[in-house]
Amino acid sequence: MGIDLIIFTVLSAVAIASALGVILSKNPVNSVLCMITCFVAIAGHYIMLNAQFLFVVHLIVYTGAIMVLFLFVLMMMNLNADIEPQKRNWLKYAGAISGGALLLVLVAALRDASVPAIQSGNATDIGLIKNLGKTLFTSYVVPFELSSVLFLSAMVGAVVIGKK
Amino acid sequence: MPVQYYIFLSIALFCIGIMGVLMRRNAIIIFMCIELMLNAVNLLLVAFSKMWVDAGRIDAAAAQLFVFFVMVVAAAEVSVGLAIIVMMYRNTHSVDINILSRLKN
Repeated sequence: MGIDLIIFTVLSAVAIASALGVILSKNPVNSVLCMITCFVAIAGHYIMLNAQFLFVVHLIVYTGAIMVLFLFVLMMMNLNADIEPQKRNWLKYAGAISGGALLLVLVAALRDASVPAIQSGNATDIGLIKNLGKTLFTSYVVPFELSSVLFLSAMVGAVVIGKK
Repeated sequence: MPVQYYIFLSIALFCIGIMGVLMRRNAIIIFMCIELMLNAVNLLLVAFSKMWVDAGRIDAAAAQLFVFFVMVVAAAEVSVGLAIIVMMYRNTHSVDINILSRLKN
């Protein structure tokens, strides 16, 4: 059992446990904190997969900006655990069973997929800013500009909605 | 390390996200579960990018750029969605999706 497999197992266990914590904890603030743990574990996976730029962006954007925004909104709303009304129990079980059924079907369908393995020792520089920036500004200029328009419209929309 | 491990991890995270969307009533938690599903897909894209690099393909950076664009769209979505939820909360003093589903008043 190599060191990469051990790191993968630990990170995966942390990610799945904290993802379960997100959906099972009663207090929404605990859910957000579990989500941050899950995102940090996923960022660890990124750096295991030679995606250094995505690792940094994931930590800054997701853990630093989006989750703090969630936390900010939650604390502004002053929600407590007893405010959330409980769903009827059979609906909860139906949700869990249908999610589990989807898990079962996907795992059964992809169990025998023949895909090549990942060589963990094979360090590449494909995830560095230099390579990604070259590809972004040559092959993917149009999506990049479109996403800037999307950001502008999202910003205007958030301001307009928030002002009412 | 087989890439199947990453596929199974992503499937597990995605299904946990789906379970959260189906089980919870708090709109903010449902939003976070959607983020979780997006992240499961992102992780799978990065794993496939690494797989292509090891297979000798030179254009494997495209998968990582897709992840970048998914992050961009998720950030825009969260800003607008949280603004809508805050506005709803100001009107109804609740983030229960059954109350939000009425949309009027």
